[in-house]
Amino acid sequence: MNFDDTPQEAAFRAEAKAWIAANAPKQYEEELRKTSLGRSGLKGANMLEVAKAWQKKKADAGWACLHWPKEYGGRGSSPIERVIWQQEEGPFGKLSGMFIIGHGMCGPTMMAFAGEAEKQKYLPPLASGEKVWCQLFSEPAGGSDVAGLRTRAEKKGDDWIVNGQKIWTSGAHYSDYGILLTRTDPNVPKHKGLTMFFLDMKSPGVEVRPIKQASGQSDFNEVYFTDVKIPDSQRLGAVNDGWNVSLTTLMNERMSIGAGVSTGFPELFDFCNSLMLEDGPAIEDRSVRSRLANYAVKASGLRYTSMRAISALSKGERPGPENSIGKLVAGSMVQEVAMYALDLQGAAGVLSGPEDAEIAGKFQAMLLRAPGTRVEGGTDEIMRNIIAERVLGLPGDIRVDKDVPFNKIPTKGRA
Amino acid sequence: MNFDFSDEQKQMRDAARKFLAEKCPPKAVREVLEGRATYDKALWAGLAEMGFLGVAIPEQFGGAGAGHLELCVIAEEMGRALAPVPFSSTVYLAAEALLLAGSDEQKQKWLPKIASGEAIGTLALFEGKGNPSPQAIKLQASGGTLNGVKKPVPDGAIADFAVVAARTGSTGRDADISLFLVDLKAGGVDVRSLTNIDPTHGQAELTFKNCKAEPLAAAGDGWGILTQVLDRAAVLMAFEQVGGSDRALEMGRDYALDRIAFGRPIGSFQAVKHILADMYVSATLARSNCYYGAWALSTNASELPEAAAAARISATQAFQHCSKNNIQVHGGMGFTWEFDCHMYYRRANATAVTLGSLSYWEDQLIDRMRKKNAA
Repeated sequence: MNFDDTPQEAAFRAEAKAWIAANAPKQYEEELRKTSLGRSGLKGANMLEVAKAWQKKKADAGWACLHWPKEYGGRGSSPIERVIWQQEEGPFGKLSGMFIIGHGMCGPTMMAFAGEAEKQKYLPPLASGEKVWCQLFSEPAGGSDVAGLRTRAEKKGDDWIVNGQKIWTSGAHYSDYGILLTRTDPNVPKHKGLTMFFLDMKSPGVEVRPIKQASGQSDFNEVYFTDVKIPDSQRLGAVNDGWNVSLTTLMNERMSIGAGVSTGFPELFDFCNSLMLEDGPAIEDRSVRSRLANYAVKASGLRYTSMRAISALSKGERPGPENSIGKLVAGSMVQEVAMYALDLQGAAGVLSGPEDAEIAGKFQAMLLRAPGTRVEGGTDEIMRNIIAERVLGLPGDIRVDKDVPFNKIPTKGRA
Repeated sequence: MNFDFSDEQKQMRDAARKFLAEKCPPKAVREVLEGRATYDKALWAGLAEMGFLGVAIPEQFGGAGAGHLELCVIAEEMGRALAPVPFSSTVYLAAEALLLAGSDEQKQKWLPKIASGEAIGTLALFEGKGNPSPQAIKLQASGGTLNGVKKPVPDGAIADFAVVAARTGSTGRDADISLFLVDLKAGGVDVRSLTNIDPTHGQAELTFKNCKAEPLAAAGDGWGILTQVLDRAAVLMAFEQVGGSDRALEMGRDYALDRIAFGRPIGSFQAVKHILADMYVSATLARSNCYYGAWALSTNASELPEAAAAARISATQAFQHCSKNNIQVHGGMGFTWEFDCHMYYRRANATAVTLGSLSYWEDQLIDRMRKKNAA
């Protein structure tokens, strides 16, 4: 048991470290280091431009999409090298946020299902960040139940005509392309009538409307499709086999290890370490210490769980199922941490303006953003189902709509 | 990075699991639970024969000289099987204290007997309610004799010797505390068995009356050594707790798969699935914290105090959480004497306090994190 690199890993780390030291946009390092949930932008700079410039620089030097094959703009690296890169990239990795979906989900889906010409054409600019991709799966009628989606694609000659609406599409407002899951046959059970495409987000009939979130920010969008034409050459996988294609996409989402989920604990510990309460330093208060200790062991438990996964990668093994707990634990923890930080501030905890609030309103921003983390990318309840079914081997839910043609499934609850 | 046990260590875990599955089925645990034996003597002898009692004791003192990572994997299996033997008191407390602070002569006298299963040892620290602290130690030592009362002492009624924490000064400093070795069979100690929530492990009151004792380490070093012994025992006990957590989770999972209600396995109801998923989460967090504790213990890293506290808290929480929810998943059957669920619930809640309670370790963890932060 040790935390040392193998000689090969150490050499890779040294090379990555040296390149990052010579090339990273250091003027933003401090600011990026201080970002936290709900506080992710850069002051006085356009995050999108800074992120794209960093991604392009990495791509030109062969440091983009490390796990992708070289011919598509990657480096052909091993999974452990990708983790080492992330460790060395440190705060600059936060600039990759807008590419996570494209690189982690859209790209691998294209690699598995697109034709060779399409791969050659679309993947390198996706790797270099020149083109940004989004994933168009969720709908108002299909969130956790994504196979319940209703956006129709109908074949007309060599094209498909798409009508419908997507929702919760991260980054659609700055995306150039997207992968789109549609219903192509409503007369068969819901999983059997779906088809996947990719499309140009600038196609006529595509309308992106930002959603104003409960936090006041806009990270997500609604995307409307009105008679949008997609050539059949942009179909991914067979007609009506879209559910299987989407499983590839989602599997890749869960492969991203060490992506660093935010728990809010380091911020809370620092805050308590300097906070004075009425009767002395907060860190010396018994109830504060008890709460902190409980959060501390969750945060360290997650950290060491991801180290176990990294160790498996280092040995060339597949990580075990333990990594599935990360999002579930961190999501509710960051919310609790934010609430507790406000509680410690007393009545002044209500203030959120950068000038008047404690540490410029960091925990207030975290509090307001936190409910989203327990919903996006799989709700807490869906994550528990996944653990129960795939890790513990418990039976799947009894699905009353499983064998019912999609167009016979009830669409309304209480009348 | 290789943050995992080696293949040899995993083989040792498998061997321990196989051995305990055969020699320590729930039926054997019940022999002690129901008072027909004070501990499982045959199992104790078998553990010695397998080399498990002395796995971390150097060869020169009669052990296998393997190391603490090996001891961690065995501890996990002892917890999983609820082994009703004085393993934790003898191996985590007494042997660790001797290894840390014993003279060569003291080690030669007791460690080979521990490894061979001839001697049961324990640590006599607590004096009634409260957590470990120098102030709480009142038992007096003077002129090589001890006077005072210790309780609860784990496995105190069956132990052959004890490491005893005693007061040798009254300055109000840590240096008031010294450690002594007492041969419990040599007279001067009254032993009374105490009823406790987990009868598979005895607890006792030891009354020392002008009892002869030999010093363990220099006078005044007692508290520093105790702190280290508790840290080391905390990691090892955390592995027992993780073993118990995993077993409780498996029992709950298996029952949820087999039990039919409302025409379907109860494990297909989300209300039940989510309980089990949360049990998996807490057991996984605890296991990962324990691995870090194992690394720190085996390398004697400066991170050990913090790692031990984190492992202790996380594993205590996990075992309490998994054992109580295992009963919940079992419903009424889980609350019967006949089902084994309560044995895990008892063990979880006993181990949660016997090395100092959660609130004590929470306090320790934050102290240690602050120190690291300030450094």
